[in-house]
Amino acid sequence: MTNALDDIKLNNDQIAWRAAQDIEDGAYVNLGIGFPERVAQYTVKGRTPVFHTENGVLNFGPAPAEGEEDWDLINAGKKAITLKSGAAFFHHADSFAMVRGGHLDVAILGAFQIAQNGDLANWSTGKGGIPAVGGAMDLVQSAKRVAVLTDHVTKHGDPKLVERCTMPLTGVGCVTRIYSSLAVVDIADGHFWLREKVPGISFDDLQAVTGAELKTEGDVLDLIVSGEGAPV
Amino acid sequence: MDKSVATLAEAVAPIGDGATVMIGGFGGSGAPIELIHALIDKGPKNLTVINNNAGNGHVGIAAMIEQGLVSKIICSFPRSSDPIAFNEAFKAGTLELEVVPQGTLAERIRAAGAGIPAFYTATSFGTDLAEGKPVETFDGKSYVQERWLKADFALIKGEIGDTMGNMTYRMAARNFNPIMAMAADCTIAQVTRIAEPGAIPPEQVVTPGIFVDRMVEVAEPRQEEILIREGAVYP
Repeated sequence: MTNALDDIKLNNDQIAWRAAQDIEDGAYVNLGIGFPERVAQYTVKGRTPVFHTENGVLNFGPAPAEGEEDWDLINAGKKAITLKSGAAFFHHADSFAMVRGGHLDVAILGAFQIAQNGDLANWSTGKGGIPAVGGAMDLVQSAKRVAVLTDHVTKHGDPKLVERCTMPLTGVGCVTRIYSSLAVVDIADGHFWLREKVPGISFDDLQAVTGAELKTEGDVLDLIVSGEGAPV
Repeated sequence: MDKSVATLAEAVAPIGDGATVMIGGFGGSGAPIELIHALIDKGPKNLTVINNNAGNGHVGIAAMIEQGLVSKIICSFPRSSDPIAFNEAFKAGTLELEVVPQGTLAERIRAAGAGIPAFYTATSFGTDLAEGKPVETFDGKSYVQERWLKADFALIKGEIGDTMGNMTYRMAARNFNPIMAMAADCTIAQVTRIAEPGAIPPEQVVTPGIFVDRMVEVAEPRQEEILIREGAVYP
């Protein structure tokens, strides 16, 4: 099953592109370190979201050219960034007042597991090692909308969308939309609601790699990545 | 009033064994590297360090760990591009770790500075990091009680300071520095330039001098990120 999925699933850039289509003009957005950061590259033309980073910058832009880095100007991933006009600096308590006070419109994070009640596990595998949480627990409990980008299954082919998380939780009942490598799934009323799926997979095959019931209401749309600026 | 001191050694002189020390910065941005290295030269033991991270490479907080100054770290994210100093001490059992969500860490520090002994936050509700903490429901939503986080000393880095302790910061190097300045009994700042009172327009003061006790000029501060890329090791 896993090998067949590899041929039809979206790559990380395509998942990021799909998530970017839902970011509205003027939205205040926090993108998690790593894969979710790519969403910024696919901002829809004509929309100007404002990106927030935990270490105290609003309205930052892409990385500078190599050699142009200023290491006082970094993002939460400790990578060098640039500023857009209208940027602002602030200290850490203000930065997290923006998060915890419910001022952020969207937070987009990665995931180990997402449960059908919206619980998210993304900070610790629970198998020992060194725990590191960063700002994830703040973001998921307080942003107006919390979305997740993820492969639909683990490297071993196990479902990441599950009935109940078995890994340590980052937040409870917090995720409302999942952009996976195979589908767009909403979470409401304790259930997964399938909104879109890649055309190469049947409903039954998608259900087979999903760890809890996929409900539907109305049409399930084709998840197609195309158009100007879309990644291949 | 003149809070300036002449040397880094004099600036960190009051810090002794067993002290709790907040250290500003986020990764290398805003990290008071020269003050940290002066503290390593002095060599107090059994320190509790409060920082967002737990050191990187072999300079700054990582060097404090390697030189045996630190017995406990309170941070949100003890990972970095080269975390060997922290990892080895943690695995050897010589370094205690308290992981705190980043916003809770910032707010615990701010609360200490503002004289608020505890507060409630939605962050960490229902997770392992809320274990043992009181939970209350407000307007139908559950919140976790968190306590203030104080320190004996704060080491911070600014851009311009005046002799009354007023400070500005450069770009995103602000991060934890202003709130740590408020939360410590004794705040020790390094700045790129110490000026006379009035040199900083009052509208542009970020940390008012009431929060700062000692200030030392480091005219050409090094960036931790660049030191790490150079493979620097302290001492």
